[in-house]
Amino acid sequence: MGIEHVSGKNKGTIMLYALSTCGWCNKTKELLREIGVEFDYVYVDLIEGKEQDDAMNTVERFNPSGSFPTLVINNKKSIVGFKEQEIREVFR
Amino acid sequence: MTLIEIKPEDVVATYHILQKEATEGGYRMNPDAEFTKNLVSGLMKNEQRYGYRACPCRLASGKNELDLDIICPCDYRDPDLNDFGACYCALYVSDEIANGRKAVAPVPERRPPRAERGNLAVKQTFSLSSSPVAALAFPVWRCKVCGYLCARDQPPGICPICKVTKERFERFM
Repeated sequence: MGIEHVSGKNKGTIMLYALSTCGWCNKTKELLREIGVEFDYVYVDLIEGKEQDDAMNTVERFNPSGSFPTLVINNKKSIVGFKEQEIREVFR
Repeated sequence: MTLIEIKPEDVVATYHILQKEATEGGYRMNPDAEFTKNLVSGLMKNEQRYGYRACPCRLASGKNELDLDIICPCDYRDPDLNDFGACYCALYVSDEIANGRKAVAPVPERRPPRAERGNLAVKQTFSLSSSPVAALAFPVWRCKVCGYLCARDQPPGICPICKVTKERFERFM
């Protein structure tokens, strides 16, 4: 399992780093679906080896604690955790 | 990595056991049953793929000794309950949240980042030479998860309060 695509309104490059077992990651993914933006997501616990290492390095670049969910917007900004209001604001 | 599916009835059974253990130890589980059962299912998936119940909201390494601090209940549960009213994944919550008087909010990650974790063991080693207690009949062991103390030759196999295993104890005195 690698990167999954969800189609919707284009609001830039949106990448969600998540864990398949995490409740907050799931809520974040569902919120993005509800807002209706186009995004990609990857379950970092379901990838292995170098692929997982690369994903973790990217997560840590935007979020030094390396926690999930980490939402990366346009390769510049990140939102860490299920911050509903902040996510809604960004995609208004 | 193959996808692991856990049977709904197994999730419910584990959910009830965890709830009973939590209540007996003075802890509360998240009242949102659907959310909580998903977390329990995550714990069970982690138990199958790693061999232990690593936190469903953290990436486990798959190496037991590197993940001891995030085996549920994690070392960070009690401080997070004190400061935020919920543990990191929100499986355990405060009375206020359990009774519906307050909503659960995201908890910031307290676990040190990957690069700093190596120093953790060194930092946590208790310096017995600096102990003010000159001679004890028994060493005192402290559960790193719930703070339970006991004076005996070895820590208990299972913590009587929070049910974590012996490896989660540290020498306290």
